[in-house]
Amino acid sequence: MSAFLRLLFRNRLAALGAVVLAVIVILVLIIPVLPLQNPDATATANRFQKPFSAGHPLGTDHLGRDLLSRLLHGTRLSLAVGIAAAIIAATIGSAIGIVAGYFGGRTDNVIMRLVDMLMAFPYILLALAIVAALGPGLMNALIAVAAVNVPFFARNIRGITVGLAGREFIDAARLAGMGHTRIILTELLPNVLPVIVIAMSTTVGWMILETAGLSFLGLGSQPPQADLGSMLGEARSAMISHPHTSIVPGIMIFLIVMSINLLGDGVRDALDPRLRSGALSRPRATTLVRRSGDIPAPTDDLLAIRDLQTQFHVGRHIYRAVGGVSLAVRPGECLGVIGESGSGKSVTALSVMGLVASPPGVITGGAVYFRGQDLIGAPYETLRQKRGDSVAYIFQDPLSTLHPLYRIGQQLAEAIRSHHGISRAEAHRRAVQLLKDVRIPNAESRVNDYPHEMSGGMRQRVGIAMALANEPDVIIADEPTTALDVTVQAQILSLLDDLRRERGLAIVFITHDFGVVAQLCDRVAVMYAGRIVEEGPTAAVLDAPAHPYTRRLIACVPELGGGRRELAAIPGLPPMVDALPPGCAFAPRCDKAQDSCRSGEIALTGTAPRAVRCLYPEEAV
Amino acid sequence: MPALKVDGLAKTFPLKKPLFGPARPGVRAVRPVSFQVETGETLGVVGESGCGKSTLARMLVGLLEPSEGTIEIAGKAQDTADPAAFGKLIQYVFQDPNSSLNPRKTIRQVMEAPLKRLHAMSGPDRDRRISEIFASVNLRDEFLGRYPHEFSGGQAQRIGIARALAADPRIIVLDEPVSALDVSVQAQVLNLLADLKSRFGLTYLFITHDLAVVEAVSDRIVVLYFGAVVEIGKAESIFANPRHPYTKLLADSAPVVGRPLTAPEQKGTELPDPLNPPPGCAFAGRCPRATDLCRVQDPDLKPMGEDQLAACHHPLEG
Repeated sequence: MSAFLRLLFRNRLAALGAVVLAVIVILVLIIPVLPLQNPDATATANRFQKPFSAGHPLGTDHLGRDLLSRLLHGTRLSLAVGIAAAIIAATIGSAIGIVAGYFGGRTDNVIMRLVDMLMAFPYILLALAIVAALGPGLMNALIAVAAVNVPFFARNIRGITVGLAGREFIDAARLAGMGHTRIILTELLPNVLPVIVIAMSTTVGWMILETAGLSFLGLGSQPPQADLGSMLGEARSAMISHPHTSIVPGIMIFLIVMSINLLGDGVRDALDPRLRSGALSRPRATTLVRRSGDIPAPTDDLLAIRDLQTQFHVGRHIYRAVGGVSLAVRPGECLGVIGESGSGKSVTALSVMGLVASPPGVITGGAVYFRGQDLIGAPYETLRQKRGDSVAYIFQDPLSTLHPLYRIGQQLAEAIRSHHGISRAEAHRRAVQLLKDVRIPNAESRVNDYPHEMSGGMRQRVGIAMALANEPDVIIADEPTTALDVTVQAQILSLLDDLRRERGLAIVFITHDFGVVAQLCDRVAVMYAGRIVEEGPTAAVLDAPAHPYTRRLIACVPELGGGRRELAAIPGLPPMVDALPPGCAFAPRCDKAQDSCRSGEIALTGTAPRAVRCLYPEEAV
Repeated sequence: MPALKVDGLAKTFPLKKPLFGPARPGVRAVRPVSFQVETGETLGVVGESGCGKSTLARMLVGLLEPSEGTIEIAGKAQDTADPAAFGKLIQYVFQDPNSSLNPRKTIRQVMEAPLKRLHAMSGPDRDRRISEIFASVNLRDEFLGRYPHEFSGGQAQRIGIARALAADPRIIVLDEPVSALDVSVQAQVLNLLADLKSRFGLTYLFITHDLAVVEAVSDRIVVLYFGAVVEIGKAESIFANPRHPYTKLLADSAPVVGRPLTAPEQKGTELPDPLNPPPGCAFAGRCPRATDLCRVQDPDLKPMGEDQLAACHHPLEG
C-alpha cells in the first residue's frame, strides 16, 4: 500500500488532484461546524449581491440566499450522489461482467447482447427516459446515472475476466474442490478488483457531471435543495446580468471533475502492472553506454567481444547481467554459449548491436569489435547500418518477432530494401529465393502467407531467412530451436549447419541444451551468473569438463539412452546478479569450494583454446 | 486392478456452424485412445506439440468433458459430480508453475484450499498437514506467508506439487512439470517427484515432449501422434528398439552428445491438417515405409514382441 502511494504521488498532477480533492472533501465534511448561513433562507432584498460583500463572501443568488453556504451544501450533495452512482454502477456492472466472462458460452452471449442493447441508446436520452419513467428527484437521477454506466463496467470487467478464467490457477481451484461461487469470489474477484478501482476512479468525475446535467435540466434535485447542477440551472436566467451566480458553481464543478480525473489517471498508472514497470518510457534506439576504465584493444577476429559489462539499473538496484565477458568468432565458425536462465547469455548477445533496452540497460565497460571497429558507443546510424547487414539475429520465438499483419514476403523485402536500394520486384524475387534457401516448400506461394498461417518450424525458417536477407557475416542465434519440436529442431539445426558451411557464416549459438551444442558448435563457452566459467573446443569441454559447474550441469541433464535413473541435481539456485557473492559465484553450491574460492577475483586461466575460471578445476587445462 | 484405465477415450472440439452449408465435423484433438496405468507405475506420455497430450490430461482430471469413451479410476467410472470426492482420487500438476498460482493469494491460502474443500480439516490440522507436506517437498514454512511472484520457477513448481499432494490423491497427472525449468532445477524437481512417489505410493502419468526426461522417469511410455497412440512400450527399450517409424523419427531427432548432426527427415515435414485429416495412418505422409494400404486403412494397435504395442502396418524389425 505504501509503495502504491509513493508511486501515486510521484506523479505531480495526480498529487495536485489529490490535494484539491482533499481540500474540497474536508470542507464539505466540516459543514456542520462551519459558521454558515441557512442555505435555503431567502432574503429577496439582498438578491444578486456581488462576491466579497458584507456577510456573503461569495455573494447571493436571485432569491438572496448565501452562495457560499449553497455551494458547500450543493457540493456535498453532488459528490455524494456521484460517488454513490459510481459504486452502484461498479457493483452491478462488475457482477454482470464477471458472471458473463467466467461462464462464457451462452450465458455470456445473452448477457452481453442485453448490455449491448443498453449501450445502443444515446446516453443522455436513456437517462432522461429513466427519470421520465420514475419521475424527477435526486434519488431517481442517481438511479438513472448508475444505470447508464452499468454497461461500461460490465464490458470492461468481462474482458478482464475472460482472460483470467482461462488461466491455470482457476483450473487448479476447481481441482481443489471449489464451486463456481467460491471461485468467482475468492479467485477471480481479487484479481479484477484493481481494474474495478481504476474504472471507478476514471468515471466518478463523469458521473458527477451527469448528475449535475440532470439537475440542470430540473430533473434532479428539486428546489429549494441545492446541488451544483440545480444551482447552475437557477442561475442561467441571470447569466449575463449577474455572472457570478453561474461562475461560482461552475468553478466548483470544474475543480471537482478535474481533480478526480487527475487523481484517477494517477491511480490507474500506479495500479496497472504494465505501467508500473516503466513501460511508458520508450526505450532508446541503442543501449546507453557509460564506459569507465580502459577500452580493450581490438583483435583480428571477425567479431570480438572484449570484457563486456552490461548492467540493469532499476531504482537503487544494480543488476550485473554481464560481468566482463570476452568471446570471439572467426568466419565459418560456430561458437556455442551455454548457460541457464539469468546467466547473461542473451544480454551478451543483445549488447553486441546495442539492442539491450535502455532504460534500464547500461553498457558499463568493454568493447565489441566487428572487423576491428568498435560497436559499443558507435553512433546510432552506424549501428543501424550494421544491424541485419553485418550482424543478424535469430530469436527464440518467431511468432513474436514477425509482424502479424504483413505477409512474410513483404517483411523480407522490407529487410532487404532497408539496406539495399533495389526495386520492389527485385526484392520480392530475392525474398522467394531466400525462402528456397531455407528449404520452405512452395516458396512462390508461401511468400504471400501471413506468419500465423505457418507452423512453428516454418516460421523459424522465415526467421532464419530474415537473418540471411542481407548476407550478414555473423548470425547471433538466441535459443532458436527451444520452442520447436525435436523433429523440427533437428531440421533447423542441420539447415544452420549447411548455411554456415556454404556461406562461411560465423554463428554465435546461444542455448541451454548440451546435445544441441555438441552437434552444431566448434567451440563452447559456459556462462554462470554473468561470466564465462569455462571455454574450449566442444568435444574437450563436454568430455572432460574442467569447471565443477560444467561437470555437474552435464551430469544433471538426462540423456536419451541412459535409462531410468536418479539425476545428480545441483542443490540451491544461481545467485541473483544484484547480490553476487565475492569470489566464485558458484562457490555456495559447489562441494569443492574452499575459503579461497569465496574471496577475491578468480581469473579465467588455461592454455588456449581452453580456459577455466576455477581455483580447483576438475581437469588441468 | 489398474489405477487408471482409459477405454476409447476421444475428444472432438466442435467448430462453429457456418452461416450457410452443413456443420463441419470438428477438430479431433484426441482420437480414441485406450491404455491403462498400473498402481505405483509411472506412465510416460510423449508427443510433439499438437498431438493432444494436454487435452488427454485435462480429460483425465475432469477439466474437459470427453466426447467418447470411458475413464476408470481405481476400478470405478470417473465421476466429477462431487468435486470434493473426485479431487481426492486424481490431481494435476501444471506446466507453468507461475500461472497455476493465483497471484493475489498467499501460499498458505493456496495450500489450504484443497485441505478445507476436499478433506474438511480444522485449522490446527491444516497447519500440521501443510508443514508435513512442505517438509516433504523441501520448502520452508516461512514461505507460507508470501505471494507467488516472490518465488523462482523451481520453487513455484514445488508449491504446485505440494498443492497436488495436499489433496492426498492416488494418481497425479504431471503435464510438462519441468519443461519451464532450468536444467539444474529440472533435475531437483524430477528427483523430488521420484522420492515422493516411493514415499507415498503414488501413481504418475507423466506428460512431456522431452524424450530423455520421459525415459529417465517412466516405467512404460506411450507415444502419441496426431491425437492417437502409435506405440506403447517399456521405457528402457522403446527408443532403443522402436517398432513404429514415428517413434524412430523422434529418437533419431533428439540431440545427443556424441552423435553427428543429421536431419532424419527431409520430405513432408508438416503435421496433417487437423481440420482435414487424411484417411488411413496420420503419419503416412511423412513415413518412408508408407504404402497404399497405409493411406487407406488406419492401423490398429497390435502387440509386437513382449510388452510392446504399435499401430503400424509395416512395423520396424524388433
